[in-house]
Amino acid sequence: MTPDSVEASPVVTSGLTKRFRRQVAVDRIDLEVPAGAVYGFLGPNGSGKTTTIRMLLGLISPTAGEISLLGSWMPSAARTVLRRVGSLVEGPAFHPYLSGRANLARLDAADRFSDAHSSRRRIDAALDRVGLLAAADKRYRAYSLGMRQRLAIANSLLMPRDLLVLDEPTNGLDPQGTREVRHLISDLARDGATVLVSSHLLAEVDQICSHVGVMYEGRLVAQSPLSELRADAVQTVRVDTDRTEDAARVLSELGLSEIVTSPGYVTAALGEVAVEKIVPNLVSAYVPVLGFSVLQPSLEDVFVSLTGEGFDVSG
Amino acid sequence: MSAAELVLIGNPPRARVSTRFLRSELKIIFGRRRNIAGMGVLAVVPVILAVSARLSSPSQGGGPDFISAIAGNGLFVAFAALALELPLFLPLAVSAISGDAVAGEANLGTLRYLLAIPVGRTRLLVIKYLAIVIFAIAATFLVALVGTIMGLALFGGGDMTLLSGTQTSMGDGVWRLALSSLYLGVQFSALGAIGLFISTLTEQPIGATIAVVVVNVLMFILNSISQLGWLHPWLLTHWWTAFGDLLRDPIATESIQRGLITALVYACVFWLAAWARLSTKDVSS
Repeated sequence: MTPDSVEASPVVTSGLTKRFRRQVAVDRIDLEVPAGAVYGFLGPNGSGKTTTIRMLLGLISPTAGEISLLGSWMPSAARTVLRRVGSLVEGPAFHPYLSGRANLARLDAADRFSDAHSSRRRIDAALDRVGLLAAADKRYRAYSLGMRQRLAIANSLLMPRDLLVLDEPTNGLDPQGTREVRHLISDLARDGATVLVSSHLLAEVDQICSHVGVMYEGRLVAQSPLSELRADAVQTVRVDTDRTEDAARVLSELGLSEIVTSPGYVTAALGEVAVEKIVPNLVSAYVPVLGFSVLQPSLEDVFVSLTGEGFDVSG
Repeated sequence: MSAAELVLIGNPPRARVSTRFLRSELKIIFGRRRNIAGMGVLAVVPVILAVSARLSSPSQGGGPDFISAIAGNGLFVAFAALALELPLFLPLAVSAISGDAVAGEANLGTLRYLLAIPVGRTRLLVIKYLAIVIFAIAATFLVALVGTIMGLALFGGGDMTLLSGTQTSMGDGVWRLALSSLYLGVQFSALGAIGLFISTLTEQPIGATIAVVVVNVLMFILNSISQLGWLHPWLLTHWWTAFGDLLRDPIATESIQRGLITALVYACVFWLAAWARLSTKDVSS
């Protein structure tokens, strides 16, 4: 880890490892979240995402490795750095018999850097921003899961933040709420904050993230700008035709692999073959081309190609 | 411009010394229904005591204990109530508050959000312990206050006869009651330090509370086994009944002093143990 990368990137880890008794939860990961990025932190349940986030926030101490947060070493600089970090860790947690507003007031009162005089105003602004102002005086225990999630996000917005660490922020939200949170994250990023958002919802990450890191069984198996990750993945072509057998033969001769014939169309992995050569070859072989498309790999395809399996819990 | 400045009023990044966190902690302790009910129970004992003493015929013949002295001066209701609640009710109340201190936050998950604010772990333990001490002293004074009010209402005040037989003024009696309450409050605060430590060991607040009660009762049991006489001066509870010495003239200070030193040592040792535990603990709740 060079001082330069520490300077430039709000989150940098090197060789970060956490061992619980015999199990290695996080295994030598080198995370780098560039300034201004919306970094999608992906991985199946149990892959080490939350443990990593807890280490970033100084809640648990690493077995080995180093963490730099906003240019300072964690956990030694926790007292000065964490106030610039808003966080949502492993779901909302509040006092059930206090109202949403009273819960935020308590957390704000515990912050040595917050100003008592602006407390009420900041709390209301944060509640308003997550659409919870109308329910602010209800007891937390009466909140739905979505409202609880919103309150936890409001907590991360009580103070000006340079970095937001959001663990599964849309968990439990309805489609409307999910969209709102997506917009909120985009707004925060546009205003200059760096956002690290963990999720297991690939489509969601696909929509808002500029960078992606993929965890699998405690290791960081991929980390790059989303566009690069996608470019590295295999593109697929689809030919719509009523003579699928002939089409498959032509594609095979051209050097495409993983050819799959289905009624009415053929798909194949593009590989190194030039796209523009495919249709002329099909036509000259008298294969009627009813439709032709190059399919961009979805993040799910990318993910499966990285982890070799679907999005299940890893043990 | 950083992100949230759009929503929020920018603050100078300067730590403030303030009592906000402590006040918020006290508001949670004294505002919680369970705790209010508990304090209600503490306050009911002197009421029952005063009323039943009033209703029963003023029988003479018991030793110079508090209850038989009530008839002479209502202030003794307060002393008697303290003596009655000393073995279980007051320690139980302190056990509930102190056992909940860290384990309760861990159980709810609010501990991780407090630490992420950040609230330093040392500061958290200082504030939590201050709140326990304030509660312990307030609970003791609550019993004394209700006892005083009930006693004066049903039996009247005036000069009182101390345990040593000498007469003293009402004002002096109230002063001695305040000292007794403070002494016991300090003793229960030391028990609260044990509770704070146990509270850092678990995520189950009820379990922590039960453990503190067990420790408390165990000390009483050990203190009652005469073969373990060598151990008695080292037990926190051994010194609790010494508050009676404040009702002698002149005040017998030896046991009171030993009691205060013992409480202070218990408080320091167990607060440091709590600190050693929490400062290295992985917070995964």
